[in-house]
Amino acid sequence: MKLLTHNLLSSKSLKGVKVGYPLRIVAKDVKISECEFNKEFVKKIIPKLDWKVFVNAAVEIGQTSDLSDELIEDYEDDDDYLKKVHHLLMEVEIINGELICPETDRVFPISAGIPNLLLNENEVS
Amino acid sequence: MKRFQYLLWFAHEHVSFRLHEIEAIASVLKIPIKWIEPPSDKPWYLVELPSEEAVQKLSARSVTMRRAIHLWADEPTVPRLHASLKEKCLNGLLEPYKLKSFKVDVDLFCNSQTQEEKLERIESFSYMPFQGHVDLKNPDVTFQYIEYYGLDPKIVPANPTRTFFGRVVSESGRPLIHELSLKKRTFIGNTSMDPQLSLLMANLGKVSNGDLVLDPFVGSGSLLVAAAKFGGHVIGTDIDFLMLHGRTRPTRKQTRHIARKDESIEANMVQYSCVDKYIDVIVADSALPFWRSDVEFDCILADPPYGIREPTERIGSKESLPIIKKEGSPVHFPSKIEYGLNEIIKDLMWFSSKHLKLHGRLLFWVPVFRQDYNDAQMARHSCFKLIGNCEQVLTTFTARRLLVYEKIKMPQDTDECSSAIPAASTFREKYFTHGDENRLTRKQKKAEAAKNKEIWFAKLNNVNVK
Ligand SMILES: C[S@@+](CC[C@H](N)C(=O)[O-])C[C@H]1O[C@@H](n2cnc3c(N)ncnc32)[C@H](O)[C@@H]1O
Repeated sequence: MKLLTHNLLSSKSLKGVKVGYPLRIVAKDVKISECEFNKEFVKKIIPKLDWKVFVNAAVEIGQTSDLSDELIEDYEDDDDYLKKVHHLLMEVEIINGELICPETDRVFPISAGIPNLLLNENEVS
Repeated sequence: MKRFQYLLWFAHEHVSFRLHEIEAIASVLKIPIKWIEPPSDKPWYLVELPSEEAVQKLSARSVTMRRAIHLWADEPTVPRLHASLKEKCLNGLLEPYKLKSFKVDVDLFCNSQTQEEKLERIESFSYMPFQGHVDLKNPDVTFQYIEYYGLDPKIVPANPTRTFFGRVVSESGRPLIHELSLKKRTFIGNTSMDPQLSLLMANLGKVSNGDLVLDPFVGSGSLLVAAAKFGGHVIGTDIDFLMLHGRTRPTRKQTRHIARKDESIEANMVQYSCVDKYIDVIVADSALPFWRSDVEFDCILADPPYGIREPTERIGSKESLPIIKKEGSPVHFPSKIEYGLNEIIKDLMWFSSKHLKLHGRLLFWVPVFRQDYNDAQMARHSCFKLIGNCEQVLTTFTARRLLVYEKIKMPQDTDECSSAIPAASTFREKYFTHGDENRLTRKQKKAEAAKNKEIWFAKLNNVNVK
């Protein structure tokens, strides 16, 4: 699971959960793989991100970067910046670990890179 | 601005998808099309396009088109075609190509196409002042001659009703259909979508470079592969844990698949060199909200479960349902309740009304029982406009339709949604009640399809010899 996906997921389908975002991450096994930089995509995806959550998630799984909590304004023309974002979004992958609901601590396992958000019958709201 | 006349020459299949495909690609690439002749069901479009580059880009993405031809002559009869070409050659039309190696391809549409007949046609152009040599494998320039005998193979006239001659400007994206063939794909499921239809969906969905594309019923990920091939960054969800982990029972004779551990959607992306466009797949029930509330996708593609070859289901909490515990299994398998087709579709439309960008496209298939089919049954939602409704006939009685919607406004509290497609269970009943007849027609269909495929392969090879 990539940090991009983490940025888009919530646990709000759990009974009683209001926001369910952001999910906490426990990364047991992180893989870095190379992925071609696609400037168009990074430019288009940045406005779709919850930026703070993205930067914090990277820190949470031990990825150091000098991206700050605030998105810079003129990122569209800043290739270095876009490449850093690209790296964290697309090249860092959690192979095994957990996503954890911030409100209920319900654990969603990640195995073979694939998160499992299935709920049990009695958890559905 | 100087514009040129082109003949877009099509494969004669999936006719109802053709215009939607060309219009969608032109819109993605921002290529203005001027129709010289209103588009029809005949296997060509006659258009004016701004440049040869535009034609090349347009055809490279199309999987309904065979090739694009710069039109040199367009006449109702063979003698008139030759007369017109002779005159144009005298005026120097061939000049730039005179010394180049070349070949002439012949297509006698809706008529027999023996090699002899083709050779005869090629020889009829001997008056053209070619000086280069014929090269069937790798010519500098290819010419296309077409005789059109109508659309009905049962009534073939003695003479063609229209003839074309021109220079081939570009081939289409059809080789991609072979490249993505399910036969050679690393990971498939028993409902893997055929590559041509998947590519058509990506085209009709106007997928373009850098888009974020979702398939909420991803299965083995065929739609994602197609979307990624056209530049989409793809993400998918499926309720089936074993499917996404490549651990379902083998769906084809597995001789070379004994070690199946590398089977996954990601492996397919690697196989087709588009893993850079792969984001993730997630095990989740699409009937439940699990996306961040303000996530926006650029395109949503789906082949929802029909309940014919695989169960339509969602996680349920009906008290009466037993909780399924599979022994020794690493994960808990929640019990599932039946999830009706109209419910799935309505959920999908409500979801898309919130999570699809404005003017983005939502595409999905619905099964129909042909006798009962009626436009009014198809899903509607106040945020969406139905752009296309293309039928693919499956058997005498059944078909599926690809519905193409565009989001025309942002969601409001007053939005409405309806869908009255005869429910999956009814469909299933009918599908199987007609089973006997069906098996027969299916057999015939299969034979026919195999034959068509052969013809088609033959034609394609003919077209693509390099
Ligand atoms: C027709 S198949 C899709 C096939 C896919 N296009 C492919 O090429 O392999 C439908 C898929 O929907 C999944 N499905 C069924 N109910 C679902 C649900 N409630 N949420 C998510 N996926 C579901 C099934 O597991 C199945 O893989």
